[in-house]
Amino acid sequence: MEKKTKVHAEDGKQDLMITREFDLPLDLLFKAHAEPDLIEQWMSNPYSTTKLVKFDGRKHGSYQLQSVDGQGNVVFRANGAIHEFIPNKKIIRTFEMENTPFGVQLEIYEFEQLTGTTSKLTMHTVYESLAQRDQVLKLPFAQGISMAHDRMQEIMSKLK
Amino acid sequence: MNLRRDVFQAIADPTRRAILLLVASQSMTAGAIASNFDTARPTVSKHLQILTECELLKQEQNGREIYYHLNPNKMKEIADYIEPFRNMWDDRFNKLETIMKQYKAKK
Repeated sequence: MEKKTKVHAEDGKQDLMITREFDLPLDLLFKAHAEPDLIEQWMSNPYSTTKLVKFDGRKHGSYQLQSVDGQGNVVFRANGAIHEFIPNKKIIRTFEMENTPFGVQLEIYEFEQLTGTTSKLTMHTVYESLAQRDQVLKLPFAQGISMAHDRMQEIMSKLK
Repeated sequence: MNLRRDVFQAIADPTRRAILLLVASQSMTAGAIASNFDTARPTVSKHLQILTECELLKQEQNGREIYYHLNPNKMKEIADYIEPFRNMWDDRFNKLETIMKQYKAKK
């Protein structure tokens, strides 16, 4: 099945476009980005639970989030400043993963109504450098490999 | 596995990307490839060596000449590296959609 999310990373450029059409009216799509408990729900996955330590969703506001694994260890923490916050239209914020060498990225979210029941999100992310963008893009790839390695190690250690 | 010869490092260089584009259409000798660049021949040789070590290029002996051609399987590996990133966002957004549909139904 074709993926509804499109990732466009042009060769040699230090930015990235992610677009997605939702089977949701515009106000609900925006709400999912504006209410802490909703953000926490969709940012969590079977391996980690995301909590917003801080969320001040307004112009000149800021946020901090962290993810905790099944054993209660903090596996990820990130924060940023909110530069623009226009309901049902636009969010501009920075995003920085704490204690990592990945630097800070600028994120521009644009929310558009398509029909009464569908909407579109365009996320434009600008990185400090091309190298930084490519590293961030490869993160899930690298994590996938390391998870596969962990699983292999687990299986192999049981065989011993 | 030689980690120093990482495919992503290999394609990070613009000259090496240009070499890959050149040989995509036809097999070429080192000399023919080098003639397309202003850079010194040994520099091009070094690039070819790196691309060969990480298996993006394959060498083929034809008489006295060695021809370089693209290894499509390795190229596919690079094309796929963005897939896990896309999957991560697709999973998140699918979840967002499900959660907000339930949210709407509850109200």
